[in-house]
Amino acid sequence: METVWFCLVAVMVAMYVLLDGFDLGAGAIHFLVAKTTEERRQVIAAIGPVWDGNEVWLLAAGGVLYFAFPLLYASGFSGFYLPLMMVLWLLILRGTAVEFRNHIQSMVWIPFWDFLFFASSLLLAVFFGAALGNVVRGVPLDESGYFFEPLWTNFQLGDHPGILDWYTILVGVTSLLALMMHGSLWVQYKTEGPVRQRCGRVAAWAWWGVLIFTALLTMVTFAVQPQVIANFKTWPVAFILPALAVAGLAGVVFELRRGKELNAFLASCAYLLGMLTSVVFGVYPMVLPARDPVYSLTVRSAKAGAYGLKIGLIWWIIGMILAACYFTYVYRTFAGKVTANPDSHGYGN
Amino acid sequence: MGSALDVHRLHFAFTVTFHYLFPQLTMGLALLIVILKTMALRTGDEHYNHSARFWAKIFGINFALGVVTGIPMEFQFGTNWAEFSKAAGGVIGQTLAMEGIFSFFLESSFLGLFLFGERLLGPVGHWFAGLLVFIGSWLSGYLIVATDAWMQYPTGYRLLPSGEIELASFWALLLNPWALAQYAHNMIGAVQTGCFVMAAVGAFYLLARRDLFYAKTFVRVGVTVGVIAAVVQLVPTGDIQGVMIARHQPVTLAAMEGLFRSQDGAPLAILGQPDIANGKLDNPLQVPSMLSFLTYREWSAQVRGLDAFPQDQWPDKIELLYYSYHVMVGLGTLFIAIMALSAILLWRNKLFEARWMLWILMLSAPLPYVANTAGWLTAELGRQPWLIYGLMRTVHGISPRVVAGSAWFTLIGFMGMYTLLSILWLFLVYREIEQGPELREKLRTAVPAPVTADYGDI
Repeated sequence: METVWFCLVAVMVAMYVLLDGFDLGAGAIHFLVAKTTEERRQVIAAIGPVWDGNEVWLLAAGGVLYFAFPLLYASGFSGFYLPLMMVLWLLILRGTAVEFRNHIQSMVWIPFWDFLFFASSLLLAVFFGAALGNVVRGVPLDESGYFFEPLWTNFQLGDHPGILDWYTILVGVTSLLALMMHGSLWVQYKTEGPVRQRCGRVAAWAWWGVLIFTALLTMVTFAVQPQVIANFKTWPVAFILPALAVAGLAGVVFELRRGKELNAFLASCAYLLGMLTSVVFGVYPMVLPARDPVYSLTVRSAKAGAYGLKIGLIWWIIGMILAACYFTYVYRTFAGKVTANPDSHGYGN
Repeated sequence: MGSALDVHRLHFAFTVTFHYLFPQLTMGLALLIVILKTMALRTGDEHYNHSARFWAKIFGINFALGVVTGIPMEFQFGTNWAEFSKAAGGVIGQTLAMEGIFSFFLESSFLGLFLFGERLLGPVGHWFAGLLVFIGSWLSGYLIVATDAWMQYPTGYRLLPSGEIELASFWALLLNPWALAQYAHNMIGAVQTGCFVMAAVGAFYLLARRDLFYAKTFVRVGVTVGVIAAVVQLVPTGDIQGVMIARHQPVTLAAMEGLFRSQDGAPLAILGQPDIANGKLDNPLQVPSMLSFLTYREWSAQVRGLDAFPQDQWPDKIELLYYSYHVMVGLGTLFIAIMALSAILLWRNKLFEARWMLWILMLSAPLPYVANTAGWLTAELGRQPWLIYGLMRTVHGISPRVVAGSAWFTLIGFMGMYTLLSILWLFLVYREIEQGPELREKLRTAVPAPVTADYGDI
């Protein structure tokens, strides 16, 4: 049962990364692909009706993590206290920026929020990557089941690592590049004109970065977290997960050349999904690896009571079916391209 | 003030108090907007649709701020209250996760459609989107209240030898009698905020002699719903809540009422300042035997005072608890008077000319915010010294590794950020009210695709 919930939490986190990933990416490329106020409005409109729903996946995944693995939630959240609070501040700034940008048509108001939207999205993409890096690298858990990580120590992978060290920064940069590629593919798919063209160029440029950093990161990760190699050796069938990532990355450039915008975006989804599932599989059965492996939290040690997990499965399935219906409906309603004309889409006015 | 416990408590209290300024309005307005949309559908009068659109814009601003200030609440259970989460996450994580899955997905999906999809959806579809937003926000309210109710009056759990608390009955958690009572009382409070704000904006327009048609609609809807809400707030919902506290948290009742000594025919204190050291109420203004009657429906019944309980069971901030409770009840009583008087004048067709009453309505707008905040302070201070009543003390719930310095750092950060959000909120809501529904509709219809009309501008 705990493995089932481990997978369900992983599915929800993956949904979060795929969906909010494209709007975080859209923020990070905001100034690269849109030069005028009007073009920037198109970028915001490309994510406007859906970004809030995308972010709900983070809250929902957090909630499910809370009740399925209370010990992990307690230990992980209090250990990552400072970076999580900064993530919250960035989420507040970003949400405010997207929602309030268009309230006043002024050459002072709009650029201010545009900048906040860009900066908070970019930092969030790096932070989330660094967070994943921390989990893979392991945290300084001890026998109490708790830890507290400072923001940085000496940037080395010793027994007292900080949130930021050379490895987690590497993951953060990879995450930023991947989400920039992901975001520009989405905005390309949703827009027309100069914004669309620039998105295609940014995606192609980011693609090279993703390729190089993914290769580098993969090699380094095998050294940083030995469990990953061990897991893949034990279950070689799991090589399908990194294969999915590679196929996705190849697909991005292939579909981009053919001009199939939606396919390119979906290929990017496959890449992100392949990478995430590889990581999750690589650390299993640990949910929070410790620097000293005896103190690692595992699915078994962190899980909640059996009854709660069983009943949770019932409402989780019902809730997910409902959520899938809403999402299908909303994405279909707001389907198609956002154009330069604010009124043409039915939701401009 | 300075121990890690105090800072963590202040951290949560500050962020949740600020957060709840927004949902209380949006939950109340959601109901009123559905009423306006329903009237538009039934009468075919476009003015009701315009009214709904005006309020939807204010709703949108508040909803966005409610969302961004709400995210930190879920995180803080893990970041600041790790021991609590470790022990009770398997239980309260259920209701919190259900909130995300059942109401946030619903709200976020249909709010976008409600705000930006009026033309796409058509009148009935748009009404339905509004209804779903209303259901989503009220469901969210229930799941949060159920979480708090479990901390006030734990049900459906099993205590393990390790100190961890396991869920034993899903339905006992979800249908906790405390949750049902608290939910009714809380949601009526939110409706009052919505009604007072709507009526106040209407009164402002009437006093300023502008947007008169809309002004009358706002006052009429605000007062009509408001008078019902003001009464129901006291009887039966407030009364039921009081009886529950008397039965399950008698020491809390004694502290709320400032009753230091057990007595037969206990009086109800209207005013007075509690003096904890000497165990008495200074300058008391009391109604004899009233507390006994309200609690036990018997004038001479004995009510236990603080002296009947060991001191380590007393709430630790008795003065603040006492004043929160009295501010809440005092304002609640005032609301009944204001709304009843307005309703009578409305019924006699005199309200729109009675400028003195309109002044009162306009100036009352902040008061329900104060009352709702005071009500929550009463509930949460009254729960002390317990984090989970009778099961876990607050001092045992904090994160062991997060030192006071870290918590101060983030608390100060939140204070700064929320100050900016407050200014932003005042500025944006003021702009909407200043523009008003009439000019707004003129701008909407004047040019088919106005430059100002944009995403985010309905």
